[in-house]
Amino acid sequence: MTGTALTPVLSEHWDREDLYTLDGYRAVGGYGALRKALAMEPDALVDLVKASGLRGRGGAGFPTGMKWGFLPKDNPNPRYLVVNADESEPGTCKDIPLMMANPHALVEGVIISAYAIRSSHAFIYVRGEVLHVIRRLRRAVEEAREAGLIGTDILGSGFDLDVVVHAGAGAYICGEETALLDSLEGYRGQPRLKPPFPAVAGLYASPTVVNNVESIASVPPIVANGAEWFTSMGTEKSAGFGFFSLSGHVTRPGQYEAPLGVTLRELLDMAGGIRAGHRLKFWTPGGSSTPIFTEEHLDTPLDFESVGAAGSMLGTRALQIFDETTCVVRAVGRWIAFYAHESCGKCTPCREGNFWMVQVLDRLENGEGTEADVEKLLDICDNLLGRSFCALGDGAASPVMSSIKYFRDEYIRHMEERGCPFDHSESTVWGGSK
Amino acid sequence: MSEGFDDATRARLEVDAKEVIARYPKSRSALLPLLHLVQAEEGYVSRAGIGFCADVLGLTAAEVTAVATFYTMYKRRPMGEYHVGVCTNTLCAVMGGDEIFAALKEHLGVGNDETTEDGKVTLEHLECNAACDFAPVMMVNWEFFDNQTPESAKRLVDDLRLGNDVAPTRGAGPVCTWKQASRVLAGFSDGRAGEGPQAAGPSLEGLKLARERGWTAPAPGAAGPAPTEGGDR
Ligand SMILES: Cc1cc2nc3c(=O)[nH]c(=O)nc-3n(C[C@H](O)[C@H](O)[C@H](O)COP(=O)(O)O)c2cc1C
Ligand code: SF4
Ligand code: FES
Repeated sequence: MTGTALTPVLSEHWDREDLYTLDGYRAVGGYGALRKALAMEPDALVDLVKASGLRGRGGAGFPTGMKWGFLPKDNPNPRYLVVNADESEPGTCKDIPLMMANPHALVEGVIISAYAIRSSHAFIYVRGEVLHVIRRLRRAVEEAREAGLIGTDILGSGFDLDVVVHAGAGAYICGEETALLDSLEGYRGQPRLKPPFPAVAGLYASPTVVNNVESIASVPPIVANGAEWFTSMGTEKSAGFGFFSLSGHVTRPGQYEAPLGVTLRELLDMAGGIRAGHRLKFWTPGGSSTPIFTEEHLDTPLDFESVGAAGSMLGTRALQIFDETTCVVRAVGRWIAFYAHESCGKCTPCREGNFWMVQVLDRLENGEGTEADVEKLLDICDNLLGRSFCALGDGAASPVMSSIKYFRDEYIRHMEERGCPFDHSESTVWGGSK
Repeated sequence: MSEGFDDATRARLEVDAKEVIARYPKSRSALLPLLHLVQAEEGYVSRAGIGFCADVLGLTAAEVTAVATFYTMYKRRPMGEYHVGVCTNTLCAVMGGDEIFAALKEHLGVGNDETTEDGKVTLEHLECNAACDFAPVMMVNWEFFDNQTPESAKRLVDDLRLGNDVAPTRGAGPVCTWKQASRVLAGFSDGRAGEGPQAAGPSLEGLKLARERGWTAPAPGAAGPAPTEGGDR
């Protein structure tokens, strides 16, 4: 087996100190793709992104060009582009460093994408809890405006665009695209019934495209280098490159930009392996909402199809790595506490189900549970999966069901030993070498 | 506590509010930033703040309250000068976030969502803040304080309480106050975007390795799979 090499594209210049300034970005060729794009017909750009096979980097993997193509041609309302920069799925930590180091990459992507879908009003909805990223983004938009890259008649093309950076206020559910739109309209962030999809009735009931930060930032390099260049990386159905974010019990956690289809074994090798003296126990391929994997999945290609076939989802490529010092019951309990806290309360399976799972998992973790409790969890998950109003509810079932599948023994051990068999201090950064 | 802002405050905030509202095609979209704005004024969203937002947007106080209570960043009680958050979502908790949070509770003598008597620090545990590769993570007024330990966390809050300058690992240092942070969130620049590094530590690991091994994305036009072996550097 030949090893996969990293393919830094969006992160290629992150070690350049002034990259976040317009001058710094221009010095590495920034806004070159914009000139090229503005010389093209908008529809040709949509076709180009379709041909590239780019799939959404926000979790679901929907083909980006196809999404753009869904905008109705005959709707007289203004069209909107909304960038989803809410990044809150536990484990996901790629968009934030991207916007911190290279905000102009996103801004250039926004301008090109808005031009392609014929929108003259774009919003970047960024989670509120990242003050400095918000400063950098706003400054980048301002600089672009001062340079005539945003505003009226951009670079003499006749294309007008306004870009607004909008700070959220702390709610995971606002990452769900329709909840995000409600939030952007000034309401509580609660998911809407789909259909109609945002392409038909999105922001202010107008045709809207919602895309993830990394998706939009991938557009300029595709425009600059062509669809074939993009498809030369990755697999047939999962084209291109993406961030693989390694966190947890690895020697060198961080952002590794690689072709889709790379394996965890390869990535761990690059990251110096599991921390010294320990071994892999379980991991998430794409954030807490994707069923956990174990050692047996080390060689599963991390592309949409292969991860799906192995029983999980590629999600956001948020690889949270846990070694043998980690109690899986505790890990899952904490995630479910998160889902319970973040449930928007709109539908019963999610609101009630997560509330009950917190109680049951607490009992189990403290060694006060029974085998009937494990069955009860599976029962609740049955009710969540496919029956909740949005994917937050489905996501909550993932860690519970998969952990019981791979680690039922460990749930039982908590009962037998009437408490957690783990010394939690050993899983900490400073406790690992004990 | 009075029901509304005094005339001078109100007049000043109305100018700001107008600027915020002008950014959006529909005025109600300005509600979230306006709530940040009134929070910047008082440190929390008071009845006066709610009333102000309702007035400028033509909404009822009940409509504004329903929104304000939905979002965890809006606080309903006066806050300390520094909001100190500790991530206790699974990854950070496992890596030591739980120990950090416990140590700070004891050290400060406050519980979750409580403020020290000197009014300096409000402690809160947080959900994942998109910095898991820097675990365990803390936030002060929503600036990143990466790779913390119980000891570094205690030093950090001591410095904050003593009024010593404290700089985030990735952000603008010295760290601004809670009210100043809220004003930036409302959309008013403090001119500090250029402070702090562009990237640090884990964000650069992949790139560093690629440079060491001479790995790059394929050159445009040179279709074919990405190079599979180390380069010639
Ligand atoms: C609970 C929940 C949270 C989500 N959070 C995010 C997020 O933070 N960022 C994001 O891009 N997509 C998030 N999504 C996915 C979005 O709904 C949507 O699919 C995505 O923004 C589309 O962009 P893409 O096609 O470019 O991936 C979330 C979905 C759910 C159900
Ligand atoms: S699944 Fe949960 S988050 Fe989604 S609509 Fe239902 S209650 Fe709200
Ligand atoms: S789990 Fe703490 S930052 Fe992600």
